[in-house]
Amino acid sequence: MPSTLAELPVGIDAIVQAMPTGRSCLTRLREMGIVPGTRIRVTRRAPLGEPIEISVRGSQLSMRNHEAAFIAISAA
Amino acid sequence: MSATASETPLIAIVGNPNSGKTTLFNLLTGLKQKVANYPGVTVEKKIGECYSQHGKKLRLIDLPGAYSLNARSPDEAVLRDVLLGRRPETPRPDRVVCVVDSANIERNLYMVSQVLELGLPTILVLNMADVAEQREWRIDAAKLSELLGIPVVKTQAVTGQGLIELKLALSRDDVPATKWQSAVIPAGVRAALEQSRGPLCETGAIHAKASLLEPLYLLSDHDPTHYGLADAQMNRVHELRKSIDAAFPGWEDDLVAERYRSIEKLCAEVLKRPDQEKETITTKLDRIFLHPVLGFLNLLLVLGILFYLIFRVAEGPMGWIEGFFGDLGAWVETMMGPGDLRDLMVNGIVPGVSGVVIFLPQILILFFFIGIMEDTGYMSRLAFIMDWLMSKVGLNGKSFLPFLSSYACAVPGVMAARTIDSPKDRLITILIAPLASCSARLPVYSLLIAVLFPVGQVGAWAQAGIMLALYALGTGGAFVFAWIFSKCVMKGDSSPMILEMPPYKRPALKSILLLVWQRAKAFLVRAGTIILGISILIWAASTYPKTNSENKSLQLANSFAGQAGHFIEPAIKPLGYDWKIGIGLIGSFAAREVFNSTMSVVYAVESEDDENLDPLRDKLAAERRSDGKPVYSPLVCISLLVFYVFAMQCVSTIAIVKRETGSWKWALLQLGYMTGTAYVLSLLIFQIGTALGY
Repeated sequence: MPSTLAELPVGIDAIVQAMPTGRSCLTRLREMGIVPGTRIRVTRRAPLGEPIEISVRGSQLSMRNHEAAFIAISAA
Repeated sequence: MSATASETPLIAIVGNPNSGKTTLFNLLTGLKQKVANYPGVTVEKKIGECYSQHGKKLRLIDLPGAYSLNARSPDEAVLRDVLLGRRPETPRPDRVVCVVDSANIERNLYMVSQVLELGLPTILVLNMADVAEQREWRIDAAKLSELLGIPVVKTQAVTGQGLIELKLALSRDDVPATKWQSAVIPAGVRAALEQSRGPLCETGAIHAKASLLEPLYLLSDHDPTHYGLADAQMNRVHELRKSIDAAFPGWEDDLVAERYRSIEKLCAEVLKRPDQEKETITTKLDRIFLHPVLGFLNLLLVLGILFYLIFRVAEGPMGWIEGFFGDLGAWVETMMGPGDLRDLMVNGIVPGVSGVVIFLPQILILFFFIGIMEDTGYMSRLAFIMDWLMSKVGLNGKSFLPFLSSYACAVPGVMAARTIDSPKDRLITILIAPLASCSARLPVYSLLIAVLFPVGQVGAWAQAGIMLALYALGTGGAFVFAWIFSKCVMKGDSSPMILEMPPYKRPALKSILLLVWQRAKAFLVRAGTIILGISILIWAASTYPKTNSENKSLQLANSFAGQAGHFIEPAIKPLGYDWKIGIGLIGSFAAREVFNSTMSVVYAVESEDDENLDPLRDKLAAERRSDGKPVYSPLVCISLLVFYVFAMQCVSTIAIVKRETGSWKWALLQLGYMTGTAYVLSLLIFQIGTALGY
């Protein structure tokens, strides 16, 4: 199992384990529903590797690997 | 603060972006809307009127879409400040209608829960109920209403379903207070917030009676400039936040997690989702629209259609407008006796008005197209596909829309940059947006290309090729400057690119048409008056002071415009331009398309008879220097075209950039770097071209 969301293959469910605290860029991701314990899935990668599209709480969001690499995950 | 019974109650409509909030607002208020800006920021303020089901008059305010009261952009800050009653010109709303995307209810409830804690009577609207049904999400609205203790209404804004129920809910005199229990703020953080209240009151940043939420949202706003606070107050905010951060690392993040825990509990009781996510129309369409190859081809097709509409379809109406004003000018000429007044009408006002109205077809088409793309959800896909490319020059996919809009006009493009959360990306996008060849340049391009390639000499494809090259030049220049700005000029991290990919939906045509109408009106009033005013000024400048000479050429040379043209001639001569082109350039600083009307005024004033129906291009092509060579030689035309690609020549854009960035600094930097680049490139082209013998 890969350790961060950036490495998660498309279509596999995972659970958010941890995110570093106190970073304002991650606070917005938290407010959009990505908090430790949340089920998450990468639904698509853009042809050149990023951005990635993820599915969380029934909504589709896209972000770059830079942010996704902060999000530690474990197997669902 | 709140209105008395006799006054018209003010109802705020709030919700996440893509919740269908504005469509609902438009449905309720129809054409009874007033659009303005909140003072100090360029966030649109939309207020409308409607009648409740019982015939009671209501005032509705459509607040900007936001994900959280913890603001990250000027839009979100306005929402929070209005709801807290912090904006002096906007009374605190009496009630709130929270619009929620049913198919995304968990995330949407995040802000709903924050709003409920403000204590205003609130009605919850579960919009886009059809999308939720497609996904087989079952939402127990009655249970939700019972648990939250507030009215809950299901609607479908696109079709208007549920509107009567919503109006009935608006008719209620007593909206009960919510039963929602605020997410618990840990005792330590709570105490720290209580403590910061004192110092914040002292500086006047908050009122003594303000609830704990005000210090909370003030301290969790990472860009408190949104509040319009004084420096001393801002320093105090920073100090207080530092001390809370030090005492309780990650306190904000804990509050978010805590809130989601409460929402999960609530959703467990009211929301049933299928174990396996259903295949929706959105997932099917995304397989095409976001496909590595098909998605890109589709994007090219969409942009192709857009450009076809703007440049070919718009031609028809533009021709009618031109013809109409041509006839009008001729008619006025026969109706009035000769004299200054007739001159003003025929050579100043009529062509001036024509030069404004001529852009309406393109502007209407562009905003309609953008409206469709945004409303259907395709715009996010476009940003997704373009993000990689935009990231290479230091921007993100969200910059694509403002930049694309700038091809019609940089003014709405610069305004659209508000949707970019990162201040750095937003600023860079604003700085480069006017390099996109806007539709105001198009008439200048067309005119000069027509002079460069007289009709019949070459095929239309050669003209189109030059046109394409000019667009490519501007676009390439924009990318180069974006890269330079992001690497060298501006420090600071870009904030993350987080883009919501909303489900595809049918566009709400009425709502889009209303937006198009509002934009067109704004263009006529704002840009139109400037262009008309400048046209008249230029007519006057080229007519006065009067000389006794019968020679009109001499008259023009002695006029104010001629003097100004002569004044700058030494500076523009190395570029290949004479003083008459100088008059055109000066006029263009009002707005680029004024070049055409200026030149028509300049040459119409100069011509022996009052014949002004000749196409302008023939006059330009016929212009000769004293040595008999054409003024508009191919080299001069190319030098001028490149000048128009790069030069910042639009007071409306300068004004909007000043307003959007909040300082003259960026507006002047933009004026300087763009016009400087234009000058240097045109100089190189003319000098090298001349040296090579062209």
